[in-house]
Amino acid sequence: MWRVLRIFRHVAVVVARDLVKRFGAVTAVDGVSFTVRPGECYGFLGPNGAGKTTLMRMICCTARPTAGVLQVFGLDVRRQARDIKRRLGVVHQGVTLDEALTVRENLLVYARYFGIQGQQARRRTEELLVFAELEARAEERVPKLSGGMQRRLMIARALLADPELLVLDEPTTGLDPQARHAVWDRLRHLRRRGVTQIITTHYMEEAEQLCDRVAVVDRGRIVVEGAPRELVQRYVGREVVEVQAADGVARIVAERIGALAEGCEVVGDRVLLHTRDGEELVHRVRSLGLPLESVSLRRATLEDVFLRLTGRRLRE
Amino acid sequence: MMDVSVVGALRFWYRNLLVFRKVFAFTVPENFLEPVLYLLALGFGLGAYLREVQGLPYVAFVATGLAASAAMFGATFECTYNAYVQFTYNRSYDAVVTTPLSAEDVALGEVLWGATRSVLFGTAYLTVVALFGAVRSPWAVALPGVFFVGGVVFSAVALSFTAVTPSIDLFPYYFALWITPMFMFSGIFFPLEGLPGWVQTVAWFTPLVHMVRATRALALGDPSAALGEALWLVGAAALLLPAPLLLLRRRLVQ
Repeated sequence: MWRVLRIFRHVAVVVARDLVKRFGAVTAVDGVSFTVRPGECYGFLGPNGAGKTTLMRMICCTARPTAGVLQVFGLDVRRQARDIKRRLGVVHQGVTLDEALTVRENLLVYARYFGIQGQQARRRTEELLVFAELEARAEERVPKLSGGMQRRLMIARALLADPELLVLDEPTTGLDPQARHAVWDRLRHLRRRGVTQIITTHYMEEAEQLCDRVAVVDRGRIVVEGAPRELVQRYVGREVVEVQAADGVARIVAERIGALAEGCEVVGDRVLLHTRDGEELVHRVRSLGLPLESVSLRRATLEDVFLRLTGRRLRE
Repeated sequence: MMDVSVVGALRFWYRNLLVFRKVFAFTVPENFLEPVLYLLALGFGLGAYLREVQGLPYVAFVATGLAASAAMFGATFECTYNAYVQFTYNRSYDAVVTTPLSAEDVALGEVLWGATRSVLFGTAYLTVVALFGAVRSPWAVALPGVFFVGGVVFSAVALSFTAVTPSIDLFPYYFALWITPMFMFSGIFFPLEGLPGWVQTVAWFTPLVHMVRATRALALGDPSAALGEALWLVGAAALLLPAPLLLLRRRLVQ
């Protein structure tokens, strides 16, 4: 038992225990505990303002915890920031590229911050330009790139020093679907190579696509944690029947049909029914002759889990 | 508490050098052309009536003073507008502090870069005014050193202001209440000795007057007069340097 614990402690990439961060009277992170294992992709899923970015900033050592324990690679974020940051790759929320420099210079200058210079820096830069498919744009300045290219460059930049942990704060927010898939491809590629990843997102689809485990975060707390499919199974079931009620009668409709399903949520004019057998439920709801505009069936998602656990939607 | 590495600071300094090599042409008007215009207008315009000041041709008197102010503006523009744009609009500072560099490294790198610009613009200006006979002593080779130390002082004050200012709109106050008064009352255009005693006392506590005197003394070959002024600048630099490091840390690390 003791040996198992020791190995576990040794191999955890990030360990947080009762982590708290306050800004004056505002508590952004309110007693959070989690462990990120080597090689996994761990996601924080939650709406804007849930405390995701603050968690990321604490892991990156750019926000100091108010209370609790936070270790990255077994090192203390309060006292060993430099040693942690040496082994970390960070893709910040939004664009933090150096707009005064070209694509290639962005990589060369950043490499220098990690102490990588000369031949080694040039070789690594060329490799990553290929990885990000930016070879043809290497001499251009950053503002000339599209949003998707800028994000790919930020990921390439985060990989310069061969990080053991990649931290990505909303890596695809604001990207069109095509650019988003291009980013996902690269993150999956890195995941296969064994790079541990922590990402935040408010796209449930992103969390389902990329994460081995997710922590659903709301108001500075982890509401639930687990593998995406497992969470969906446990809290929602397999399928969701979405019932669009006529104006103003959603609540009344829900009272009538709620009992037919294993779970029921009302969002605006819609009633969401959680079930294991969607076809059958659709049929039964339709046969009741209620004032409904539409009834449709879809796969259950993390969004439904979030809604079920917090009573709120991820994206208002 | 302070976590600063000179190696880290120099890596950030190098980044600024790289950017500067591209935007060099755009920095010439504010840092170089302006003092040249002052020299032409005052040195020759006013100098036509005012032949000598303190035993010097007026043009030489003004030119040496303006070399010191060119150095001051070189550091000040860097650590006000340039630095502010980088950590707010451009956000590149946010990225740098997640690399092994600390916020203190970034601040020190920025101050050292400001001081470097002080040396570049001060020395370039001095080279031009040498053509007007304003440099008369080989002691002038020590001037880049004076510009560097003075540059640290101006950068440290400017970056401290930049780290706490809530808005870019407050920079005009920094210039109107601090930089411009120094520019006017540091013995660049006329000797301070003609002003009331209290003005001279206030001026003694500001850095530009010492840099002007040191510049004039070295350019004209009076090293002993420059020594005290240089020591004032060294003392001020040592005293002020921790301020921008701590203040920028507060801004970048929550």
